Amino acid sequence: MTAGAPGTAVPIRRRDDHRAGPDDRPRQSTGGRQLRVAVFGAAAVVLGGFLLWALTGLPSFGDFHGEYGRLLNRVGVAQRRASNVVGAIVFDYRGFDTLGEEFILFSSVMGVAFILRGSLRIKDQSPLDPGGNDSLRVVGTLGAPVVLLLGLWLAAYGYVTPGGGFQGGVAVASAGALLWVSTTYRDYHRLTPPRLFDAIEGFGASAYVLIGLVGLGLSGAYLANFLPLGTPGTLASAGSIGLLNWAAALEVGAANFLLFREFFQEYIQTFPGVEQE
Amino acid sequence: MNALEIVAFSAVMVLGVLVVLCREPVRQSLVNGIFGMALVVLFMVLQAPDVALSEIVVSTVAFPLILLATIARTRDRQRP
Repeated sequence: MTAGAPGTAVPIRRRDDHRAGPDDRPRQSTGGRQLRVAVFGAAAVVLGGFLLWALTGLPSFGDFHGEYGRLLNRVGVAQRRASNVVGAIVFDYRGFDTLGEEFILFSSVMGVAFILRGSLRIKDQSPLDPGGNDSLRVVGTLGAPVVLLLGLWLAAYGYVTPGGGFQGGVAVASAGALLWVSTTYRDYHRLTPPRLFDAIEGFGASAYVLIGLVGLGLSGAYLANFLPLGTPGTLASAGSIGLLNWAAALEVGAANFLLFREFFQEYIQTFPGVEQE
Repeated sequence: MNALEIVAFSAVMVLGVLVVLCREPVRQSLVNGIFGMALVVLFMVLQAPDVALSEIVVSTVAFPLILLATIARTRDRQRP
């Protein structure tokens, strides 16, 4: 086994030094294997038969039975002035479901942060991060602003063209990931303070709730529209869908960014110069 | 079903099987990204651009990124 290149720091000592190779696995007895193949064969015939039976009863390809979808496609643009009817469904007709989905993401990112955050202590904030090679750096630094712009465009025009707060938010977070591969840990840490993104995530999630409450106060129903509807096909359209869209974009973007960050931190722990608590 | 749809469905089918057959985790996460791109094409062909956009960002960036970080971390523990 070759040691690390000369000049790198002393490798971290591991507690679990024993190795588990593939040869250590207990061997399967051939009798058990035959039994399992027999059980699988019988189950496959029965379940496969049921599956084929069910497949023959399916409606033919392209035969759409969702009357609700047809209805919304007909009335969506006229009612909500959003030329992307999917956007109108996500942030208006089914706006409350989106609120639930946002908080699923919010709480799962919080869970990841609770489990993974704080197990890392870095000497002088400078683990020996090689920082990638030149070609990676060129692609990353050229790609990050392009992806950032693409994400902002997807979020901004979410109710006009395909896209929306969710897609745009994750694309913006991916720009952060590109930045990560093209810089060192120290630069990345300086460019993206986690507290700022914690605040943005909380702001996005609470803004969605508050916009809904404003709708309740001004229009009589939670998440109901309270802004002038405007002209379909322009940015000044769809009323408060635009605000909800941006709230979702902030929440999803910051949530994914923090999620990536936690996993980057885990990856950083494999570098020399990192102490575990 | 037109030719484009048949091609898109076949790509999803073949790549889905390839993901399962691939046993090496790093390679598997990359093949899974290509499988995601096949799904993106399928969603575009079936006229669901919103879903396709979600699939692009999730399957080619978010998911492989988390997988690769986890693989790097756990591998380091296994092989000192």
